[in-house]
Amino acid sequence: MTAFSNRPQTRDSVKIMSRLDLTKRLVAKLHKHEAVIGGIGNTNFDLWASGRRAENFYMLGSMGLAVPIALGLAIAQPERGVIALEGDGSILMQLGSLATVASRAPKNLLIVVMDNGTYQITGGQPTATGLGADIVAIAKGAGLSQAAWAADEGHFEEMADQALAEPGPWLIAVRLDAEKPKIQTTRDPVQIRSHFMRGIGTQPAWGS
Amino acid sequence: MTGWPEILYADLRGAGITQFAYVPDAGHRVLIDSALADPEAYAIPLTTEEEGVAMLAGADLGGSRAVLLMQSSGVGNCINMLSLINGGRFPFLTYVSMRGTFGEGNPWQFPMGQATRKVLEAMGVIVLEADTAEDVAACTKAALTMVFQSEQAVAILLSQRLIGAKAF
Repeated sequence: MTAFSNRPQTRDSVKIMSRLDLTKRLVAKLHKHEAVIGGIGNTNFDLWASGRRAENFYMLGSMGLAVPIALGLAIAQPERGVIALEGDGSILMQLGSLATVASRAPKNLLIVVMDNGTYQITGGQPTATGLGADIVAIAKGAGLSQAAWAADEGHFEEMADQALAEPGPWLIAVRLDAEKPKIQTTRDPVQIRSHFMRGIGTQPAWGS
Repeated sequence: MTGWPEILYADLRGAGITQFAYVPDAGHRVLIDSALADPEAYAIPLTTEEEGVAMLAGADLGGSRAVLLMQSSGVGNCINMLSLINGGRFPFLTYVSMRGTFGEGNPWQFPMGQATRKVLEAMGVIVLEADTAEDVAACTKAALTMVFQSEQAVAILLSQRLIGAKAF
């Protein structure tokens, strides 16, 4: 069976859902110390609101870097599941990274694209996806054959279960409503790096 | 024949570097080919140098050592991404093959080539320059300590005196 082949292939055909709800559903499935790299902006804030996992890295810098950070991590730790959460505005800045992931084809990488069709954090101006670009079609064109839209919450959960259990790389795109995050992350990048590395054991605990 | 590129590859592998992210350039040919042929290293072709900055951070998060190979024009692509390195104090090592400097024959290469050092330094990257084969080895030895022990960002510029100027 071609993975995700029975899932929606176009942006127009799927339910508009809640970012916080979907993020919580995804995080609830992470029982194997999977690493999550959150992209800048509201994607990160709802990841933060979904629990203070030690294995979360919050990328609050330049747009579009969550996927290549996750790729470097996935190569470094092939036994660990790695998830990149990225917004549509950010992924549009680094579409080439989808081709880089496809050519490297890490089995342990899942990309989740949070598509609300807008630059929500700057006032809701439309992104290219809001004007017709389809991230799943772009991902497939870049060589990520295991890419699809989540039709609804149930489908999202089934797709996440499959992506966490079977060889990737995977890309799940979801369409989102305009709900804003309730809280924001801590900000200090050195602390975020250190907390993550201690969380996954690549930096020794303080004092050891 | 064992030239400076072969010695450099051995030095980088000897220091535990396993990920070689690159946008190709003739000056990096031996390094790239060596990484591609090395079963215990990962050669990662990028679509833009920006991805490489982030990949090096990801490798560090995962406990691996990585290097970014690019041409001086690629440095310009990386500027904003270097905020991640500077802000997070990620170890960062890049080798930059120079254009637009000593003996350059293509006028289009001069603006970025002449700005390369300034741009890197403006973003907090320490710049070392290698003009000779001996410089490459000495700069590499110094940079490996600065990057992986002291968690600094270091760029080693491979000058056109070293790699030769291109007529075009």
